[in-house]
Amino acid sequence: MPPNHMARKRPKLAVWKFSSCDGCQLSLLDCEDELLAVADAVEIAYFLEATRVAIQGPYDVSLVEGSIGTPHDAERIRRIRARSKVLITIGACATAGGIQALRNFRDVDGFIRAVYARPDFIDTLATSTAIRDHVTVDFELHGCPINKAQLLEVLNAFLNGRRPVVPPHSQCIECKLHGTVCVMVARGVPCLGPVTQAGCGNLCPRFERGCYGCFGPKETPNTAALAKQLTALGWGDAEIANAFRSFNADAEEFRREGDAHERTE
Amino acid sequence: MERTAPTTGHPTIPDPVVLDRDGLDALIDALRGDGYTVIGPRLRDGAIVLDPVESADDLPWGWIDEQDGGRYRLMPGDGNAAFAHTVGPQSWKRHLYPPRQTLWTGRRDGRGFTVDTPTDPAPRQAFLGVRACDLAAMAVQDRVFGVTPHDGRSAGQERFTDTGYAARRAAAFIVAVNCGRAGRTCFCDSVGTGPKAAGGYDLALTELPGAELPGRGAPAFLAAAGSAAGAALLARLPGRPAGAEDRAAAEAAVEGARAQMGRAMVSDAGPLLARNLEHPRWAEVAARCLNCANCTMVCPTCFCTTVEDSTDLSGDHVERWRRWDSCFTVDFSYIHGGAIRQSGLSRYRQWMTHKLSSWWEQFGTSGCTGCGRCITWCPVGIDITEEARAIKDSEGRG
Ligand code: SF4
Ligand code: SF4
Ligand code: SF4
Repeated sequence: MPPNHMARKRPKLAVWKFSSCDGCQLSLLDCEDELLAVADAVEIAYFLEATRVAIQGPYDVSLVEGSIGTPHDAERIRRIRARSKVLITIGACATAGGIQALRNFRDVDGFIRAVYARPDFIDTLATSTAIRDHVTVDFELHGCPINKAQLLEVLNAFLNGRRPVVPPHSQCIECKLHGTVCVMVARGVPCLGPVTQAGCGNLCPRFERGCYGCFGPKETPNTAALAKQLTALGWGDAEIANAFRSFNADAEEFRREGDAHERTE
Repeated sequence: MERTAPTTGHPTIPDPVVLDRDGLDALIDALRGDGYTVIGPRLRDGAIVLDPVESADDLPWGWIDEQDGGRYRLMPGDGNAAFAHTVGPQSWKRHLYPPRQTLWTGRRDGRGFTVDTPTDPAPRQAFLGVRACDLAAMAVQDRVFGVTPHDGRSAGQERFTDTGYAARRAAAFIVAVNCGRAGRTCFCDSVGTGPKAAGGYDLALTELPGAELPGRGAPAFLAAAGSAAGAALLARLPGRPAGAEDRAAAEAAVEGARAQMGRAMVSDAGPLLARNLEHPRWAEVAARCLNCANCTMVCPTCFCTTVEDSTDLSGDHVERWRRWDSCFTVDFSYIHGGAIRQSGLSRYRQWMTHKLSSWWEQFGTSGCTGCGRCITWCPVGIDITEEARAIKDSEGRG
């Protein structure tokens, strides 16, 4: 391998947007210090947030933000998959359907009639779903929004042919590594940390707040056992259902726990 | 390496002295003067954590902790004691075996690469307020990391000493505190590790109880040396010689803590668990367990780590890190083809049987020192003593 990577052909990177707020792809622009190194290491072939230059595929790495919410989305993601060697989803929308997946639990037509003056202009699917539900995904980066250090790590790992260090363990481990005192044990604050994947840098517990579950379910989460403890700390079914029905509402384990508490309302 | 109670041949071990608050300040000052970073109990984020302290003013005077399964609360105590609290969410392993350590770094160099291992000298750390259970935990980790020889299955491991741990351990100055109050999750007495420090320290303090009652005396600490370094330091501190009544008061304080033990571990937990690996209780506890790993993170003897690699974008610079890991994660038991311990049941059982049972075979000691942290800091209050007792009681019934 030549010592200077500039001599290598730079891999082509594309960034795609579906139903989302753009926050995750902006994390890439937010990597101020590292952005030049990224631009150096890859050829940014498609990234409308950053540049108008659009280069035809195929792409070595596609980052996909957003969920599938319209028939057009569902068809477009197949074309992108076909033109991408590696496809990585970024954020809660792309990995779990996002906050807009709340519509999956309700009557979408009712929403459309209530919100839009001309419902007939709206062409939407009844559900907002994860990219994985439509095409094969090579890696899913959790978070609402994603953590820019984790994004760099994933890009970096793919460029260097190694496994990304993005552990699927609990937020609690992250708290303990940082030396953050547990808000649930020391303050009785309800917290989703024990069932949520690490990665945010324990933002909320560091400021004495419980975890909101932005990073979605951790590996093998025991949501029922946590829900019991949330009840012991004073939460009712409605609060528990609301806690699980947020950015990752349609992630399987959170959806089931939300269902369990919504039914008894 | 082992610090034990002084025996003959230590002509320099002086008699205990009584220090007042200024004496405690002088102790911290002297250690700082000798180039130590003094780490001790401090109030932070609603708990008493182990952070650097600069003077006796930084100690949690007058505060105690109330602990129970899944619950920890700070509250004002009856008096103005510095050490009436018990152990908090952190243990000294944080400072002897940090959560993240660089193992080596590498740089691309022509067609090959060069590897560097960190050569920083071990930090000079003085630990103030080490409880008997935590001294026992250090002795356990000394075996695990190959500092102290032992006759467990991993005997001979001392040939593979963890050099970083050994260096930090050797550089540390230890000021123990004998407990005058035990918490609801403490059970050192039943596992024979406390509440009085049995050795392994440079200095040991016992807070004399007068200070606990308002208007009854100023803070006073009986200070005894446990090593030549401790004796030399003690000789520099302003204190008065301890009388018989001071020693009696110190003994009484410790006995008071012994009488307050909130919990107890059943005897012979090791063989008990080893013959009950298929007990129905495991499924019951697994239904409650979040497999969140808090118990292992707070445990002062849990030592498991994983290795993480990082690269820069160009791949010209690489680093290998060691990070605390836990038997509660799926990746922890990952081998070619998948993880061995998929179920929460198998992960909880691995943790508890290792702690109380297979640790004996491996290291010739229990892995549990009775500090109670795993009970307090388990978000759902799973209690290792209760789990062991449930299995024991079921045998009695059967
Ligand atoms: S604060 Fe929340 S995330 Fe952190 S250890 Fe406690 S329960 Fe876990
Ligand atoms: S377990 Fe024993 S030595 Fe440890 S804090 Fe409690 S009383 Fe003190
Ligand atoms: S025993 Fe408690 S602290 Fe340990 S993994 Fe289970 S729920 Fe978490």
